[in-house]
Amino acid sequence: MIHMKDVWKTYPNGVMAINGINIDIEKGEFVYVVGPSGAGKSTFIKMMYREEKPTRGDIIINRNNLAKVKERHIPYIRRNMGVIFQDFKLLPNLSVYENVAFAMEVIEESKTNIRKKVMNVLEIVRLKNKARFFPHEISGGEQQRVAIARAIVNNPAVLIADEPTGNLDPETSWEIMHILEEINDRGTTIVMATHNKEIVNTLRKRVIAIEEGRIARDEQKGDYGYER
Amino acid sequence: MKGRSLARHISEGGKNLIRNGWMTFASISAVTVMLLVVGAFLLLIMNVNHFASSLEEDVEVRVFVDITASETDQGELLSELENIDGVDAIEFVPKEEGLDSLIASLGDQGDIFETLRDENPLNDVFVVQAENPEETDLIATDIEELPHVENVEYGSDIFEQLFAATSLIRTIGLFLILGLMFTAMFLIANTIKLTIIARKREIQIMKLVGATNGFIRWPFFIEGLLLGVLGALIPITVLAYSYSRFYSSMGTATGVEFFQFLPTNPLAMQMAVLLLGIGAFVGVWGSMMSVRKFLRV
Ligand SMILES: Nc1ncnc2c1ncn2[C@@H]1O[C@H](COP(=O)(O)OP(=O)(O)OP(=O)(O)O)[C@@H](O)[C@H]1O
Ligand SMILES: [Mg+2]
Repeated sequence: MIHMKDVWKTYPNGVMAINGINIDIEKGEFVYVVGPSGAGKSTFIKMMYREEKPTRGDIIINRNNLAKVKERHIPYIRRNMGVIFQDFKLLPNLSVYENVAFAMEVIEESKTNIRKKVMNVLEIVRLKNKARFFPHEISGGEQQRVAIARAIVNNPAVLIADEPTGNLDPETSWEIMHILEEINDRGTTIVMATHNKEIVNTLRKRVIAIEEGRIARDEQKGDYGYER
Repeated sequence: MKGRSLARHISEGGKNLIRNGWMTFASISAVTVMLLVVGAFLLLIMNVNHFASSLEEDVEVRVFVDITASETDQGELLSELENIDGVDAIEFVPKEEGLDSLIASLGDQGDIFETLRDENPLNDVFVVQAENPEETDLIATDIEELPHVENVEYGSDIFEQLFAATSLIRTIGLFLILGLMFTAMFLIANTIKLTIIARKREIQIMKLVGATNGFIRWPFFIEGLLLGVLGALIPITVLAYSYSRFYSSMGTATGVEFFQFLPTNPLAMQMAVLLLGIGAFVGVWGSMMSVRKFLRV
């Protein structure tokens, strides 16, 4: 599903964020990416959806090499992956329904298709009854669930998350984790960078630890392994 | 692009205009000011062009015949004049007629010259018109060589200066218009850049979920187009109205035959089409300039 071969990333300002990473993530896996602040987790994740281009090496997702793909093909590759963030990135002037529908409109899906699919994913994240609400009218946990609904509405094979519970209290964080687990159970591969020790140690999954841009540890059902 | 998306782009572009009320107002005002000046200059230049070509038509050579020339000499001269290449029309003005118009033009003071009626000091004159105004020079030199020609007069100096002046006005106008166009273009580019910054998050999300650059660009294209076209409306109305008022007031003020202005129709229509075109071009170009940068990555 996701294969990285000898991947390096040096930012234009000279910071060497990723220094030779090899990794294979198979279809349907749930992977935590952990490590100290500044270790390169976000950079690792950004290269997966091609917000950052690797300086060297190959990143192959669904037979496409993100290191070599032409600029104009990137939109079509992104349609096959969902991305969520710590700050949700919702559009404040659109309702919950419209925020999710937006992801389908901009790839020119038909109206009837949109209506069907949006209500469908809102059901998965249990927000059907808040479809007409605006982001400022719902809680942080609910906002993150809207973002998840938007990320999965186009049926991506991979869901990529950068600290999806970073802004949420423990209880709400667990709510989000249960939804992510459900989505994973439906066959979607999930890669999630996190600092949440409790979650990693309780909901045991594969753990990839990154330190100074290298893989320091990679174990199935691993633990968080850091004090915080 | 799919049909249903076009409707979306148009409504997005329109909504953006309304949403960014003040910035939209600023941009449209910039286009309005620019097109007012451009339009006024267009009207001026078109009239100057018209003036220049009507002047060119009026260029004529006045041939003063020797006082001593007999009537047969005059006849010979006439046929010689007719034989010159490029001569369009020849008019004979006998000296009596010349004196009449001199006296008439001087009004009361002209009476003094009444005493000259018997020994008219003026020459008979042939007024020669060239087919091609630029050849007036050549024709005049040819005529000077002919027998029984005392003197040749034509407005070479004045006309050359006038031609030089009109072409100067044309050049200045062209540069001014280009300069203003670029100014308005950059103003629009900056305004749209501000609206893009305001919608950075929206664009970021669009890119994340896999919207193509073309799709993202469309509403900005329409927004720019609307800015340009809306900015053209006031200048077109104001200039067309003022010009028609000006033109009809000039029409009633007799005696300005010296200079015929171009009629409002079709001039106003031509100006409207040009201003709409310039406005649309400037709006679209400005908006595309600012979008380009934001679509990288
Ligand atoms: N756009 C950028 N330009 C230059 N340097 C960057 C950029 N983004 C990140 N870096 C640098 O690259 C290194 C890795 O950053 P990254 O954001 O990947 O770390 P992280 O593991 O996600 O940290 P955190 O846990 O705090 O989110 C850091 O030294 C950071 O300063
Ligand atoms: Mg990070």
